[in-house]
Amino acid sequence: MSRAATAARAPGFDVLAIRREFPILDESVRGKPLIYLDSAASAQKPRAVIEAMVHAMEHQYANVHRGLHWMSERTTEAFESARDAVARFLNAPSRDEIVFTKNATEAINLVAHAYGRGVMDPAKAVLISAMEHHANIVPWQLLRDARGVELRVCPITAEGELDWEAFERLLADGRVGLVAITHMSNVLGTVTPAERIARAAHDAGALVLFDGSQAAVHRRVDVQAIGADFYVFTGHKLYGPTGIGVLWARAELLERMPPFLGGGDMIASVSFERAEWARIPHKFEAGTPPILEGIGLAAAIAWVERVGIDAIEAHERALTDHALARLAAIEGVRVFGRAQDRGGVVAFALDRAHAHDVATLLDRQGIAVRAGHHCAEPLMRVLGVDSTARASFAAYTTRAEIDALAEALERVRRFFA
Amino acid sequence: MTDASADFADLRDLYQEVILDHGRHPRNFRRLAPPARHARGDNPMCGDRVEVWVRLDEQDRIADAAFEGRGCAISVASASLMTETVRGKSAAEARALADAFRSLVRTGRCPVCGAVHAEDLERLRPLSGVAEYPSRVKCATLAWHALEAALAGEASATTE
Repeated sequence: MSRAATAARAPGFDVLAIRREFPILDESVRGKPLIYLDSAASAQKPRAVIEAMVHAMEHQYANVHRGLHWMSERTTEAFESARDAVARFLNAPSRDEIVFTKNATEAINLVAHAYGRGVMDPAKAVLISAMEHHANIVPWQLLRDARGVELRVCPITAEGELDWEAFERLLADGRVGLVAITHMSNVLGTVTPAERIARAAHDAGALVLFDGSQAAVHRRVDVQAIGADFYVFTGHKLYGPTGIGVLWARAELLERMPPFLGGGDMIASVSFERAEWARIPHKFEAGTPPILEGIGLAAAIAWVERVGIDAIEAHERALTDHALARLAAIEGVRVFGRAQDRGGVVAFALDRAHAHDVATLLDRQGIAVRAGHHCAEPLMRVLGVDSTARASFAAYTTRAEIDALAEALERVRRFFA
Repeated sequence: MTDASADFADLRDLYQEVILDHGRHPRNFRRLAPPARHARGDNPMCGDRVEVWVRLDEQDRIADAAFEGRGCAISVASASLMTETVRGKSAAEARALADAFRSLVRTGRCPVCGAVHAEDLERLRPLSGVAEYPSRVKCATLAWHALEAALAGEASATTE
């Protein structure tokens, strides 16, 4: 089996040079070079991110927003520069619209609480799709249970795309207050038509939240061009650290929303009788924020911008096309999702082997894929399976790694034949 | 196997022939009619599900054990081997075997092997490779949890 990393052909994109920036890719697993095809679960980190965080800890670290001393001022600047980086990354109109959370899950919960319970008319419904991650299902179920808000689910087509007719039908009565939908499915790879969804939602009097946990990693996101009201993503899938996520929301909405968590850093003044909230975005950032993680996220965004998100997208598109072609050629392999517009995650099943056995047998060959329900159990039911295996790609993934996956899968198939 | 088995040497150490065989052709894959005791086992982590039936004779020994379910080769093979190894045992003996088996698949070692149920544990030993995969240990133990629940008269067990 050839494990030589040959470059995928994306113009001006040197995958071998990129790989050298990721120290972990030099690791071996079971005596074989690591083939990491689980970036959709969490991406590996480039040296720039690692060094930015280490540098902060070694040279420039204190708590932020409170110390009147040099270290605190410098750390605050570094942390707040992450907000500028994120605002630029999403083309947000204002840095004050960037709220840091623990992860995308917390960002959605923040909206479900502060907007869902605090602002939205409980007579309105929330509309999600059948291909949501649990993170974009359960917070709305909690809102439904707490407030009696109706939860609607838009089906998907056999291709794994949003069923547009059903979507329009579910919006038609004008009772939907919020559409909360993935921008890219973590199982099917489907990229949803964000602009069209936002327009339809707004025409029906609803706001729209996009779960960009996958999409923001794989393509350029412009929240203004989309016409989004809320957009969330997480740092660790974007080559950044764990422990930091982002909520972007239009300032006017953040102003109307009550705080989510209470504590230090989110107040203007506190007495025992009452507290006045800090201005946005700090109103939503109670307690010491993820300082080092913010610094790491800023470095990750700078890294992605240096490589170029469009170049990453083109690279991953070539890899995905190659993977789909290679998997289709293996007898007994079924790929889930055939969306026209799709990103670099490929979920599949082998007809003779359970997904967990497939993942373990790939692991024996040094290949890391995910197996299970991918935090999308309802979608698994729609697909009629208990679990699938999933390979997912990143800027550092090579064509040779996908060939290795295909060859290893062919062995697994023969092993179970 | 049809292929030269040397070709699969790196896969064979975990998926030994007996696991593949029982995974593909599970023994005692059926239901028992009441008054057989019955319990369900769920692994919410991976969606594996197994139902176990045991029928006790007048001496309270396991006269028959059977299962149905769906899951990976490890969980099906483990359930299948379980139904064979617990037959003829008292509830207490079956529980002791379950304890020894759990320790075998969690640690990969079996200090009590040779002392109790030596022959049965030797049959189960091929499953000990899962010790290397903490997330897969539950696949191997699911049916055994269900068996113990059935013996205790409980309706269900989960690996959580």
